Amino acid sequence: MAPGAVLPRLLGAGVRAAPQSRAAPRGRTLGSAAPAAAREPERGSDLSARILSEPLKHADFFNVKELFSVRSLFNARVHLGHKAGCRHRFMEPYIFGSRLGQDIIDLEQTATHLQLALNFTAHVAFRGGIILFVSRARQFSHLIESTARSCGEYAHTRYFKGGLLTNAPLLLGPRVRLPDLIIFLHTLNNVFEPHVAVRDAAKMNIPTVGIVDTNCNPCLITYPVPGNDDSPPAVQLFCQLFQTVVTRAKEKRRQLEALYRLQGAPGPPPADPTAPGAQAGLGVDHSP
Amino acid sequence: MAAPCVSCGAAASYRLFLAGRVSFAREQGLWKAAAAGLQTGTRCQILRLKHSPAVTTKKNVAALRRESYTVDFIKKQIEEFNIGKRHLANMMGEDPETFTQEDIDRAITYLFPSGLFEKRARPIMKHPEEIFPKQRAIQWGEDGRPFHFLFYTGKQSYYSLMHEAYGKVLHVEERQDQLRAKGLFSEKPKTKDPIGSRWLIKEELEEMLVEKLSDQDYAQFIRLLERLSALPCDAAEEEFVGRFRRTVTVQSKKHLIEPLQYDEQGMAFSTGRGKRKTANAEAVVHGHGNGKIEINGVDYLLYFPVTQDREQLMFPFHFLDRLGKHDVTCTVSGGGRSSQAGAIRLAVARALCSFITEDEVEWMRQAGLLTTDPRVRERKKPGQEGARRKFTWKKR
Repeated sequence: MAPGAVLPRLLGAGVRAAPQSRAAPRGRTLGSAAPAAAREPERGSDLSARILSEPLKHADFFNVKELFSVRSLFNARVHLGHKAGCRHRFMEPYIFGSRLGQDIIDLEQTATHLQLALNFTAHVAFRGGIILFVSRARQFSHLIESTARSCGEYAHTRYFKGGLLTNAPLLLGPRVRLPDLIIFLHTLNNVFEPHVAVRDAAKMNIPTVGIVDTNCNPCLITYPVPGNDDSPPAVQLFCQLFQTVVTRAKEKRRQLEALYRLQGAPGPPPADPTAPGAQAGLGVDHSP
Repeated sequence: MAAPCVSCGAAASYRLFLAGRVSFAREQGLWKAAAAGLQTGTRCQILRLKHSPAVTTKKNVAALRRESYTVDFIKKQIEEFNIGKRHLANMMGEDPETFTQEDIDRAITYLFPSGLFEKRARPIMKHPEEIFPKQRAIQWGEDGRPFHFLFYTGKQSYYSLMHEAYGKVLHVEERQDQLRAKGLFSEKPKTKDPIGSRWLIKEELEEMLVEKLSDQDYAQFIRLLERLSALPCDAAEEEFVGRFRRTVTVQSKKHLIEPLQYDEQGMAFSTGRGKRKTANAEAVVHGHGNGKIEINGVDYLLYFPVTQDREQLMFPFHFLDRLGKHDVTCTVSGGGRSSQAGAIRLAVARALCSFITEDEVEWMRQAGLLTTDPRVRERKKPGQEGARRKFTWKKR
């Protein structure tokens, strides 16, 4: 099932052939112009443009499909939703059915959405974007913070101050750089209301990836992933997937940079779609 | 220390005078050698001393606090301070290498005598680290990525500390589970030193983390540390918890305890004095007895018909669980019945200190048994009927 057929609205958002313009500031900075936009010299900008455009030519450059399967999602209990009374109206398309009053999430759709989300995350990490893991579940706070730390990204599993994203220059510093992607492991906060960061990220034009359970609102999330966010195995699986994907993308970036630097600016890249998975997946165990 | 100061003052003034004359001579176009760099430096330093940032008054600090200082600025201040210190040492005729902060303070009070009463308004010359408050450096690198993984929470140091502490709790619990699975787990009661250390207060934690905290944050943190210390920890976790405890000077250690005296029969006894309002009491507590108390030759039941006074006498023994074990003979004079009872209680408690352990002395002190009650009768004031009572107010 091609993603374009199932989700037409996401066609333009994910895989885009045209790279970002070089003149535009990398990342989103507030308050003033980009910090030292001309970091790399003129001949290096060709190199960086080439590096950045390389993953965009392939559908699944980082080979995220191999990291999970419907069977592994099932084993991690990702398909279990809440009771039918807690169901959110907008989650009805993603629900397979209801068994003894408990909603079951359609894992085929989950797999598709998860593949898109992981691919997008990998692309963002490849381009050196700041990824922020957000959750308000106390049970998994330590796990999520450890995950973020281990892949070199950022986490926010604590009390979310009001204007953190919308009033960042005041709260965080004058020329702070905001996250380029926000990943919600839990879209709801402790009083079962949508997390403030969902709305604020939409306001600040920050793309979001979110695990939406049957009682969550998937509307404002760019890449919703319908799935269970309450069972420990499910959350651990998602954390592990995101960590693998981010590490893989960064590793790939380092490899490509080293390769191009050795080769010099001209010359076609030897990487092909199957190789990244083989090269980067050296330390990663394949999902059953 | 007057004589040396005067002499080095004279030498200093002579040197200042010399330096002034030499520099004045140099202004007429004489040679500038590298060695004279020191002299020019002295001249610059002397000129600079008039409006030098190194010698500041504490009053400026409050105004400075609202600015943010760059790292270069602080470094420059430190360099200027060190150079100024050496010049000051030269001026005072002392060795610049071994010029300590006390010497600097003495030199400044000598060179800039101030008649101001407020100590903090007088001129000081201290290391810039002590004058300028500690600041946060820029939290992100050139590419804009923050250094700390919890930067976007706003309170990165506090939350990373909570993360670390909670990680240790999980680790200890996991170890406990493993031991329990193997069957090697033994319930060891935790004995912590109750007296002598305390958790650090909120201000100290704020200073340690260089971050503002709320009371709830602080309470959460202390709760987490209490939970960690209640579990069986090993050396690493103990060291982690120890970082947040401060020692408390045990007050009772300053209290001198008289050794026991022995009378002719070989029985131990001890004396103590007590005061309350205008009553003075002196008590002799014997080591072995059956709870007999004699006051001015009269039994305590007859001397204190009121139960409340007898309870006061009983309190020190009841507190130490030694109700029927000691005999007391005491004399008391002055005051009324209640103050005499209080005076005897204090005397008996002080005498009992010789019979008990140091920990029990500390507990008695914390219970208030060893403190003289400072309350005395307040005098009557003119224009009022009593000490506080005013005359009846009449409207017309």
